[in-house]
This record gives sequence, structure tokens and C-alpha cells, in this order.
Amino acid sequence: MSHLIIEDLSMRFDLPNGEAVQALQDVSLELKQGELMSVLGPSGCGKTTLLNIIAGFLAPTSGRVLLNGHEVRGPDPERGMVFQKGALFEWMNVRKNVAFGPSMKGMPKAETDSIVNRLLDSVGLHDFKEKAVYELSGGMQQRVALARCLANDPDVILMDEPLGALDALTREKMQGLVLELWKETGKTIILITHSVEEALLLGERLVVMAPRPGRIHKEYRLPFAKMGVGADLRSVKSDAEFGSVREEILNMIWEMEEEIMGRQEQAL
Amino acid sequence: MMILLIYVAIFVAVMLLYTALHKFVRQAHDFTSLKTVTFGDESAVRANRVASVVSVITIFLIWGAFTGSKLVPIHAPGPFVGETSFTYEAVNPAGETDEGTVYVRVHPIDEKAEVPVVAEDGGAGFAKDDAIKVAAWRASDPFKAQKNDLGGQEDGYRIVSVNGQAIEPLGAVQVADGEVRMTGRGSLVFEPAKGWQMEPIWLPAPEAVWGRLIEIAREGYQNVTLLENLGWSLFRVLVGFLLGSLVGIPLGYAMGLSGWFRGWFDPIVEFMRPVPPLALIPLVIIWFGIWETGKISLLFLAALWIMTIAARAGVSGVNISKVHAAYSLGASRFQVLTRVIVPNSLPEIFTGARVAMGVCWGTVVAAELVAAEKGAGKMIIAASKFQNTDIVMMGIILIGIIGYGIDILMRQAENWLVPWKGKA
Repeated sequence: MSHLIIEDLSMRFDLPNGEAVQALQDVSLELKQGELMSVLGPSGCGKTTLLNIIAGFLAPTSGRVLLNGHEVRGPDPERGMVFQKGALFEWMNVRKNVAFGPSMKGMPKAETDSIVNRLLDSVGLHDFKEKAVYELSGGMQQRVALARCLANDPDVILMDEPLGALDALTREKMQGLVLELWKETGKTIILITHSVEEALLLGERLVVMAPRPGRIHKEYRLPFAKMGVGADLRSVKSDAEFGSVREEILNMIWEMEEEIMGRQEQAL
Repeated sequence: MMILLIYVAIFVAVMLLYTALHKFVRQAHDFTSLKTVTFGDESAVRANRVASVVSVITIFLIWGAFTGSKLVPIHAPGPFVGETSFTYEAVNPAGETDEGTVYVRVHPIDEKAEVPVVAEDGGAGFAKDDAIKVAAWRASDPFKAQKNDLGGQEDGYRIVSVNGQAIEPLGAVQVADGEVRMTGRGSLVFEPAKGWQMEPIWLPAPEAVWGRLIEIAREGYQNVTLLENLGWSLFRVLVGFLLGSLVGIPLGYAMGLSGWFRGWFDPIVEFMRPVPPLALIPLVIIWFGIWETGKISLLFLAALWIMTIAARAGVSGVNISKVHAAYSLGASRFQVLTRVIVPNSLPEIFTGARVAMGVCWGTVVAAELVAAEKGAGKMIIAASKFQNTDIVMMGIILIGIIGYGIDILMRQAENWLVPWKGKA
């Protein structure tokens, strides 16, 4: 049975100048428990809007999101978020950041501590528990963000370009970590990214969205995420099929961008 | 004007000297020292501590040199003090001329002195010698040579020259150690040379100010001790600031969190913000009187708008990701406020608090100048009425030091409480 159902989501809003924006149009998706889905698309295709609606930060103008049979109406710890950057609390050290979710629920300290220790071990930050978050590198900060999200044991993890601000090497390491955590925890994960390669590596399912109006353009089911778990990601990337799908998607996005440019030129 | 030129000259001279000597001094070998582009790279501009030290010393040197301080080896020429004399030539009705000498004793302004003694007969001829005394920086009373001189009261008697230089009514002649002027009625006035030094009533010497500090710290001024004066000012600032923060910070949060609150208070805050607290003094006195209620209300108003705006800016400065993250982690609205918005706004609140403390400190002194029984401002305004410039100077220096001290303490507290400021 489906676990997360996105039903005919549309979102339309007015701009101050009187025009209206159709950010999403009839987006429907169904995810099973434990699926890893990446969402890709040129800027303006509504992928972040989609994620914010699933998270409950935005309301759709029509359609609905169902998680485990109940409708999403606002943010809730059942749906954890990992942001690109700047979402950690600088006034708390690493341990307290990770313990934030459990402490909001009023979980006893001993239990919270054991969860925090376990998660910080699994993201490789055992020795940084008492550090201030602003003393950590960007990659380490994102490890904290992942651990903080997992500490709440959410049903779905929503990632909004979580690795977008990292350098290429750190990014590759973190991609491995995301796959590991996915395998380990069996969470349902929706990941938004700009990078075609990342979308291929971190998506059992890959959704390509198209802009104006934001809609689903094409969906893939890919073997690379499973191949990548515990394996060398570079060998996955050098796989022949990986290369051909990457080219196909790059061309697709390229055409979309061309089309947008063409439309803009006509408008001018 | 001259002092300014001297100041600029010292600035340039020390700079050139420092640059010339600099290559013999051991150089720093840090990263910044290797930058070749420093003009335009603000981060490469570091305050030259030698310049800071010399700057402070220069101010004291100039202050001392132009006030005749004993602490300073070099002095600007002081006012003439001591014995001097000049001669005048008079014509009597008979057309004869004769010379008389005027002996002048110029005494320090804060000392008494006797008129010098001259011989009874006062020289041959009809013009007799005279003696006068005058304080440094002052002009002598018009002295009437004619009273002393034989036949001086007769028509036709007049003084024609001083030290051999012709003089007319309302004219002046330069003599040794000063100037002799003739009044419209033919009397003479001696004004000793003033030199370049400042009279203590304009600017007292540093040691006079220091001496006053010791004296007033020990004995108080007008039955109020120094600590009491400063303590009252500080107390008013603290109470006014705390009350202003107590109301302003929650109000700022409310304005940052609720559209109704923002809409309601925006016009009030935006209107009151540009009104300088000093402009409120008359109204506050009318409403609350000149006693503590009035002063504390004024400081409350001075701090209120600054803290409101700081808290509002603190709320709007929160990264929306942090708020979203907190809600996604299960925080309630109250928890988002206390765990995210309040800590996140602390840097802004501290910046506001520093500004507010500075404004309050300035306002309290001004309010005390207008009306107060005790306080730093009251002390200096009272002293100024008695022309105790040294107490005024002392008060101003103490006010400056305390204001600076408050700012340093606030910065320390900020570093301690908001260590993440500027690092996120």
C-alpha cells in the first residue's frame, strides 16, 4: 500500500503586478515506505514548492498530500526536513542541535542521549559532540543536520538541496553517507537537487519536472542507488547505463531551458 | 588656529619619523604583512598602536604646553609676570615737556600683590613717576598720570608719547612686555603681554584637573560626593534602560511576529524614532516634573524605541530555514519563540542595547544639566556657574571614561553571551 500519496497538487498565486503564477499543475505521485526519490528540474519548475507543500509549509490551491492515510495540514515531526544550509541553531552545540527534536517531545534525557550518541556515531561526528556548530566545516554541518532530522525518527525525510553548498569532494562523500543512512534506516526520502549526477545516484526513482507551469515531465526507475550502497560511487558513475541516462536527462533539461529562453525572447 | 597647525605639524612629523625609523624595527611576519595591496583593502589596515599612543601623548603635551603645566617640559610662551616699566612724555600748558616713568608689577592672576614703591619726589620736572599693578591676562585700570604730575589737572596738559612713540587718545603703543593704550580722555592703560597660553578660566592645566579630581573625590562638591554624583547618573541610566528594554523588547518581538501589532505600532515607532530624546526634555518636565520620575521617563523613552527596533530587526533577521526546521522537529509556537527566535535575535538586541546605553548616557547628562540635585551633569553645570573650569573639565573627562567603560562592558557581555555573532 502507498505510504505517501500526492494527489493532483496545483498551486497558483497572484503577483503584486496582477499576473498569476501557476507554480504547480496536477502533480501526482505515490511513494512506498522506504523509497528514495530524487526530484530534478530547471530552476522555476516548482520542485522546492512541491517539497514545501509536502513539508506543510505551504498550502496547495487544490489537491492534497496524504501520509499514512491522513492529510498533511502543516509541519509535523513525522516529516523531517534537511535544508541546504543555515538551518542549524548556532546557539546550541552539536549535541543539543541533534537533541532538539526529542527534547521538544519531552523525551527523557537518558533516552535522548543514547539516540544522539548513536546518530553522531553513524554520521562520523563522535568527537565533535560538544563543538559549536559554527566551528564545523560545511560538510560536518550537513552531517549534523542529517543526524538532527533522524533523531526525531520521521516517517519521511525531505531534503532541499542538502549537498548544494558543498564542494565536489565533500559532496561525493556525503552522497555515500545519504545512501548508507537510507539503507540503514529504511526511511522514505525525497531529495531535491540541481545536479543530474546526484539525482541519478540518490534516486531509486527520479522525477524530472518541467517549468511553467511546474509539472512532472518524466519519471525514471533506476538501479544506481541500490548499486551505490556501500560501494564506490565513482564506479557507479562510470557504469555505461549511468552515462547514457545522464546524457538523456541533460538533453531534456537543456531543451527545457532553450524553450524558456525562446519564450522569453518572444515575449520581448 | 595656531594650535591646530602645531597639531598637524606633530602629526606629520611623527608619521615621517616613524616611517623613517620603521625599517630598523623588527617587522611582523604575519600574513597581512605580506599584502602588497593595502590601499583599498580595509582588512589590511590595522590601527598603528604607536600612532594611538603618540596621539594621546600629543593631546596631553599640547594641553600642558598651552596651560603652563609643570608636567610638560616645553611650554608655549606664557603671560608676562614680573616687574616692568615704561616712560611717557607729557606736555604742560606752558609748552614744556617732561618724562615720567611708570613702574608696573604684573602678578599671577590667583595671587595678590602690592603696588611697587616709587621714590617720593618721583624724579625731576613736572612729570612724576607712577606705579601700578595688574594681574596677568588683564588690563590695568586706566591710571591718571595727570593726578600725580605737577599741573596735570590744568588745561593743556597731555601725554604725547610713550617710550618715545607718539600716542593719541584711543591709540596704542607696543612697549616691552605689553601694550600701552590711551583712553578717549587721555589716561593710560597697560595691558601686559598675554603670551600664547590659555588662562585657567578657559582651560586649566592637566594637574589642576587631576588635583580637582582628588579633592572632589575626597571632599565632594557642594556637599555631594563624586561617587554619589556619578552613581546617580548611572542609576538613572540603568533604570531607564531596563524599563525601556522591558517594554521595548517584547513590543519589538510582537511587531516581528504579528501583522496587527506591526501595523498598530509602526506609525508610533517610526514617528518617535527620529525625535531626539533631548527634544522631549521640556515636555517631560511639564508632565513629570524635574525629579526622578521625569528623568527616568525620559531615559525610558530614549531606550524604548531603540530596543523595540532592535528586537523587531532580530525577529526579521532569523533565517526562515531555522524556523521551518524547528517546526518540522516538532516545536510549538512558544518553543519556536523561546528556542529559536529569542536566541537568534540576541546579536541584534545587543547591538541595540549598546546604542541605547550610549544614547541614555548622553541624555542623562543633558537632562541633569537642565535640572537635577545630584548627577554628573548637575556637577558640571553648577561648576560652570562658578567658572570652575577645572571641575567642568574633570566632569567631562569622567563622563567620557564612564561612557567608554559602559560600551566595553557591553561588548564583553556580547562576546560572552553571543559567541556565534558574525560566524553563522
